[in-house]
Amino acid sequence: MGGGLLENANPLIYERSGERPVTAGEEDEQVPDSIDAREIFDIRRCRARAGSRGPGRGAESPFLHLPHLIRSINDPEHPLTLEELNVVEQVRVQVSHSQRPGERLVWESQKVSDPESTVAVAFTPTIPHCSMATLIGLSIKVKLLRSLPQRFKLDVHITPGTHASEHAVNKQLADKERVAAALENTHLLEVVNQCLSARS
Amino acid sequence: MAAAAAALEAVAPTGALWGLVQDFVMGQQEGPADQVAADVKSGSYTVLQVVEALGSSLENPEPRTRARGIQLLSQVLLQCHSLLLEKEVVHLILFYENRLKDHHLVIPSVLQGLRALSLCVALPPGLAVSVLKAIFQEVHVQSLPQVDRHTVYSIITNFMRTREEGPFAEELFEVTSCYFPIDFTPPPNDPHGIQREDLILSLRAVLASTPRFAEFLLPLLIEKVDSEILSAKLDSLQTLNACCAVYGQKELKDFLPSLWASIRREVFQTASERVEAEGLAALNSLTACLSRSVLRADAEDLLDSFLSNILQDCRHHLCEPDMKLVWPSAKLLQAAAGASARACDHITSNVLPLLLEQFHKHSQSNQRRTILEMILGFLKLQQKWSYEDKDERPLSGFKDQLCSLVFMALTDPSTQLQLVGIRTLTVLGAQPDLLSSGDLELAVGHLYRLSFLEEDSQSCRVAALEASGTLATLYPVAFSSHLVPRLAGELCIEESDLARGDGPTKCSRHRRCLQALSAISTHASIVKETLPLLLQHLRQMNKGNTVAGTSEVIAVCQSLQQVAEKCQQDPESCWYFHQTAIPCLLALAVQASMPEKEHPVLKKVLLQDEVLAAMVSVIGTATTHLSPDLAAQSVAHIVPLFLDGNITFLPENSFPGRFQPFQDGSSGQRRLVALLMAFVCSLPRNVEIPQLNQLMRELLELSCCHNCPFSSTAAAKCFAGLLNKHPAGQQLDEFLQLAVDKVEAGLSSGPYRSQAFTLLLWVTKALVLRYHPLSSCLTDRLVGLLSDPELGPAAADGFSLLMSDCTEVLTRAGHAEVRIMFRQRFFTDNVPALVRGFHAAPRDVKPNYLKGLSHVLNRLPKPVLLPELPTLLSLLLEALSCPDSVVQLSTLSCLQPLLLEAPQVMSLHVDTLVTKFLNLSSSPSMAVRIAALQCMHAVTHLPTPVLLPYKLQVIRALAKPLDDKKRLVRKEAVSARGEWFLLGSPGS
Repeated sequence: MGGGLLENANPLIYERSGERPVTAGEEDEQVPDSIDAREIFDIRRCRARAGSRGPGRGAESPFLHLPHLIRSINDPEHPLTLEELNVVEQVRVQVSHSQRPGERLVWESQKVSDPESTVAVAFTPTIPHCSMATLIGLSIKVKLLRSLPQRFKLDVHITPGTHASEHAVNKQLADKERVAAALENTHLLEVVNQCLSARS
Repeated sequence: MAAAAAALEAVAPTGALWGLVQDFVMGQQEGPADQVAADVKSGSYTVLQVVEALGSSLENPEPRTRARGIQLLSQVLLQCHSLLLEKEVVHLILFYENRLKDHHLVIPSVLQGLRALSLCVALPPGLAVSVLKAIFQEVHVQSLPQVDRHTVYSIITNFMRTREEGPFAEELFEVTSCYFPIDFTPPPNDPHGIQREDLILSLRAVLASTPRFAEFLLPLLIEKVDSEILSAKLDSLQTLNACCAVYGQKELKDFLPSLWASIRREVFQTASERVEAEGLAALNSLTACLSRSVLRADAEDLLDSFLSNILQDCRHHLCEPDMKLVWPSAKLLQAAAGASARACDHITSNVLPLLLEQFHKHSQSNQRRTILEMILGFLKLQQKWSYEDKDERPLSGFKDQLCSLVFMALTDPSTQLQLVGIRTLTVLGAQPDLLSSGDLELAVGHLYRLSFLEEDSQSCRVAALEASGTLATLYPVAFSSHLVPRLAGELCIEESDLARGDGPTKCSRHRRCLQALSAISTHASIVKETLPLLLQHLRQMNKGNTVAGTSEVIAVCQSLQQVAEKCQQDPESCWYFHQTAIPCLLALAVQASMPEKEHPVLKKVLLQDEVLAAMVSVIGTATTHLSPDLAAQSVAHIVPLFLDGNITFLPENSFPGRFQPFQDGSSGQRRLVALLMAFVCSLPRNVEIPQLNQLMRELLELSCCHNCPFSSTAAAKCFAGLLNKHPAGQQLDEFLQLAVDKVEAGLSSGPYRSQAFTLLLWVTKALVLRYHPLSSCLTDRLVGLLSDPELGPAAADGFSLLMSDCTEVLTRAGHAEVRIMFRQRFFTDNVPALVRGFHAAPRDVKPNYLKGLSHVLNRLPKPVLLPELPTLLSLLLEALSCPDSVVQLSTLSCLQPLLLEAPQVMSLHVDTLVTKFLNLSSSPSMAVRIAALQCMHAVTHLPTPVLLPYKLQVIRALAKPLDDKKRLVRKEAVSARGEWFLLGSPGS
């Protein structure tokens, strides 16, 4: 965390939520568990931290401490996770399973009655000028793309009113072609992968 | 020099000595030096004679010759310095000091000589100073070769051990501190194996060795803390910490403001938890050092001003409405307060009123929680210091405010705040004589309320119960008088209200009440009230007209068991519990087993498998910690009860029939053998069991007959439990022979094959645990049964029992003989036979061998297993195709660590592994799916080039478990698929 001045030197720090306790229902073979907001929140969390892999790398990279699953992603500026900085909060994760009335969601993917489930994630940059907003959003989006069944539609955006260029960032994140193009860019892909790398 | 020369002329050299000197100096031989030294030691020559013999070489114009001459003298001195007289030392030192001016080639030998002299006991005062002065004046130590610098340091260290270094502190500091902070990476293949950490610690020991370095060292440390390099910061803070052990106020005085500024900045701004921790530790030591120093009467006490400084810089952060930096400030204050009672007083008395006020200023629960957590931190520090005088205790003035604040937290809707409130209450309670009886009554009331909270605040309820237990040990009277009666009332209301059918909420209140009763049974006097209540309740359930459910009876037994656990450490309570609870439980059970028409439903409840199992655990827990003589008293009642139907010691003993579990008693009576098992198998090994011979025969008989698996298994377990503890000898051999005969008779044919098998299994287990020689015979018999068409699957499962820890019998807690390495031994002894059996067995019974093997592998500690696994690899790969999910699961759990530890070997089988794992990831068993996906994750540890051909296929295949119906499976799929995405991708 070398010399330079931080954009936001003294952030307010929030507590991390604990591991999700495993319920009896989750251990019961028969009971299906639906994908809920907490699960999405945790998907974005799985442990680990990029940066300590391989010597030498990263001293030059400002993203050294951006780990992969987003709940525990560290802000590029702080050795704190995005969750501790309230960049991501469980209340800002919404899952909607649009299904016909009276019908239970069927789980085997080939039988899914309505593939149009939606996950909406809003994230809140620590300060309105945070230059890392797009990168954080992109990492969240890629992580979800890799972790959710295809039938989910993804909507990753900035919590309304919390960033100076909110619309521009949201537009980029919503644009499939731009996201795809961003991931063609080796340098960007490298940074995102560092964020998502599970080995530490 | 002149004096030395004069001394030399006094004695004439002897011929032999002269020859040796010539050989060394001119002949360049090394041997003569030791010879001369030995001769000096033996008294053949004096040191002066040696100097005399050297005479011309010491004045030779050729520096190499002079060096050689001095080298000889120095080597002799190194071996003989203890023989030198004070006068000789003076002369030699003058000589050597003079030689420091000589040619640089001579210097190393001169330094060696001075080193020898520095070891002299007979060093006159003042000479050390003179030597050091000469060295620093004549030689530029920093530019000497390493060997010679080492010599200088040795000289310094030798002098410092006993003598004054004052005048040279700065020079000494200069030559040592130039290495600070250590920046050293050991070269690869370093033969000395010196680690960076070794050097850091050695240098720190030198730098922190004396307060005289303080004025030079402290500025250096401050400079290094202020640098940008993390390791320098850490090293400096740790060194400062070490210095505080030897420094006093005088050394620190001028540097306190800068030290505080640096530490404060690090804690406020650091990105590294280690820097923060070291900063706090250094602040703690600084404060401790200031607290410790002895002051002159007129000196100012620096502690007060230092603490005032800290308070001034931190307190306003505690009050800022946005609460930024509250935690770093609180940590700094707590680090200082943790240093001494005085510091703790000073800080607490300043900070507590402030925090109390802040608590009321903030209205949000999470802000209040943060403030209460800080208060808690300061309260905990109080526990470090004991105050003799009640009035001196700094908390007594704040007691009322603290109590009302804690009670406010306990009634807050936020669970998080409640939790901190409970912890704070526990800490307040631990302060001696702080809480009044009124406070305690209120506290008990709150804990009572919290103990009955609903399911969604389980964590709070558990914390409240735990706090009740802790506080009850300190204030038994408050709990007996304010809580026990309320809980007793609650249990009674229950009875009458159950009829109204108020359903699950009543039922759960009932359960909470039982948990609270067991939680507060942490003091002997409380147990005397709670145990009768619980037993009375159990009797009521058994007597009344209401139908008590199985789960309710089990809940009472669980509470009893928890009380029994809490009584184990106190012999008196332990005996009280045993003496009170066990006759009562036995009486209830015997009563229930009587053939009687009334209340048939209730009777059955007490005789159900699960209820008996719960009672078994109560009896076991109440017996294991008995002293042998008390246990002997008890065994004299209980064994005759079962063998002879002697019921006289039971509290209610008017039963309609006889109790004869081993004779022709009802099947209900036979089931109670489980209770006998719980008792006799938990006794200490040296307690003699009356009528043992008869008991063993009856147990053996019962184990192999009747159609009640519960009773026959209980009898087999009881037999095995007694067998395991029985001392080797003729009687043991007899029992074993009886057992083997019984097993063989039963196995050969007939209706009792499965009972005989169970007996075999338990007897084998009893012997395997104690390494009895017969165990291998019995194990072979079990392995043989794997191919038995009828018993094969049961035999395979039996290996799980052999390898696992039992809970009721054959436990270490129950004094069984359990050798620690029995699993490893079983593995080495039996796995080859299992593998051979597998290869030889016909197709249809092969899975039995795999399953047996799986159980053995599964229970073995992984580090022991890993080196053995490669030889079993082909078998394990075959086992992946076995349809049995137990085998699949165990195989996956063996392969998973192997993938991590031995990727090279495993990569040879990558194709099989990937295919099988993917197949198993859609197994009907959730546990198998999870294990298969964990293996898919572990596969990514194989070399990337081997995996890349599979990447696309795997990523596609893993999309399916992402949509699994079980969340735990999806979680594993997410992490496995994430890793596969990263393979061969930039930045991974």
